[in-house]
Amino acid sequence: MSGPQESSATPDELSATARQIRQDIIRMTYHAGSGHPGGSLSVTDLVTALVFHELRIDPEHPEWPDRDRLVLSKGHAAPALYSALAHRGFFDPKILRTLRELGSPLQGHVDHRKLPAVEASTGCLGQGIGMAVGMALDARLARRPSRVYAILGDGECQAGLTWEALMAGGHYALDNLVVILDRNGLETDGKTEDLMGIEPIAEKFRAFRYETSEIDGHSFPEILEALHRARSTHGHPTAIVARTVKGKGVSFMENKHAWHGKPPNREEAERALAELGGTL
Amino acid sequence: MPEWKSESLRDAYGQTLVELGDRDPSIVVLDADLSGSTRTALFGKKYPDRFFNVGVMEPTMMTIASGLALGGRTVFASTFAVFAAGQAYNAVRQSVCYNRANVKIVATHGGLLVGGDGGTHQMLEDIALMRSLPGMTVVVPADAPTTRAAVLAIASFDGPAYVRLTRENLPVLTDGQFALGQATQLREGSDLTIVAIGAMLARALGVAETLHQSGIEARVLDFASIKPADEKALLRAARETGAILTMEEHNVLTGLGTLVASAVGTGYPVPLRQVGVPDLFGESGDPWKLLDNYGLSEKHALDEAWALLKVRGKVS
Repeated sequence: MSGPQESSATPDELSATARQIRQDIIRMTYHAGSGHPGGSLSVTDLVTALVFHELRIDPEHPEWPDRDRLVLSKGHAAPALYSALAHRGFFDPKILRTLRELGSPLQGHVDHRKLPAVEASTGCLGQGIGMAVGMALDARLARRPSRVYAILGDGECQAGLTWEALMAGGHYALDNLVVILDRNGLETDGKTEDLMGIEPIAEKFRAFRYETSEIDGHSFPEILEALHRARSTHGHPTAIVARTVKGKGVSFMENKHAWHGKPPNREEAERALAELGGTL
Repeated sequence: MPEWKSESLRDAYGQTLVELGDRDPSIVVLDADLSGSTRTALFGKKYPDRFFNVGVMEPTMMTIASGLALGGRTVFASTFAVFAAGQAYNAVRQSVCYNRANVKIVATHGGLLVGGDGGTHQMLEDIALMRSLPGMTVVVPADAPTTRAAVLAIASFDGPAYVRLTRENLPVLTDGQFALGQATQLREGSDLTIVAIGAMLARALGVAETLHQSGIEARVLDFASIKPADEKALLRAARETGAILTMEEHNVLTGLGTLVASAVGTGYPVPLRQVGVPDLFGESGDPWKLLDNYGLSEKHALDEAWALLKVRGKVS
């Protein structure tokens, strides 16, 4: 079994990869003319750490039964996951520019049907954690070493379904389950705490029997450390509250809820890419 | 009329689940705090490691079922029809059907026959909801042998399915010769065809027997396999008998009657009448009296049959 210590990706390398993914997010949503750049940029470092470091997955054997699973419950952050999977070798990065086009495998929300490298089709919020719980139960029943990682959005924490599923993960003491909250603080219409507050969120996870830590979701050393700790947690699932910045990496998108579901126009995309060291 | 013995569809389900569990060690069963009523407890007792009673969280039962199934298992999930198809609808839509997860939803307590619990719990819209989901198989067995056959049938393919069962025991009308996509002909006739499902099948046979005593021969089809539907049998019935009566314990706007009307109307139009629950919610009461009060009495169905026969010119 390869573990995090054996991974070749260093925090610096992960940062470089994340920068490439952020450029893709801008290009993809610009070309598509729609999509969700804000929440894709906030989750990029978490997705990068998982796909390029933590997950035991193999692009040569995508259906390997013992692989780890990643469920992106906030399925609208599709551009981040698509870009990561493409650069990890699951499909040709040239396809990335077909996001949201008719006939493209890159659906607006992550899609297992059209892109099998995606473990679960999600999009309607609140359902991904339950699917992850089912996958973790399946692995335990089958005595497979697979671990299951689920990325949750913070607006999604307002959904009752999320808490049902979290309750089940805690009840079944799924220590092969890691729930990561992309806590960027914003949702479509504004701040989560103005709309329907979810704090104190870490205490809520603890009350649901999760071994819970709070980290800077843009610090690779902190992300890797939290994921590493999760591997040695027994008898409880893990929750990681990752404090992030919506629109991270593009100055004029940072902490602006307006960029939840709006693509950049040409001028904005060029400016964003200049900041990220890329071009259209 | 023959005296039929009545049997529990739910017992047939629970016993068949145990059979499947014996046969296939990968099968997993979920319930949402109704395992005694749905009879999944029978499986849970024998295979506690493969049984998850998740409590009152029906939508999440479906999302968990999907996650379990995507690893290659056959997963059964049971609760009452109002929760399975209603409360959990979007979880069934996205997590189960959109993901093409191998989840078999067996819902008990469909229809008015729930009785005392009242209109909140009498699910009369589930066939519409489940049939409209792409890739979903839908079965409404009329008796215990068909229930057993249907459960075995849905376990034998990879993909989602919904089975609607009834709380009340129902007369044993068939020998369990059920196949997906095939209507079962229980009575031959050439003057009229009655297409029925669930608890209405016995009443359909009652109508046919009464008509027989007046020299009218009605064909009776058990249409348990709602989806895939046996359109050929419907078109054959239209061609050979010239008139069709449908009978269902479901909102008449969106169930079997509309399915049959659509198939016949586009394939071989003939006079057609639909016996079903008017566009209403139910209420508390004796289960069988409820059927009578909500337009599903044998007498009303017989009147509809005579009306069709008049249109056909079979009677004046």
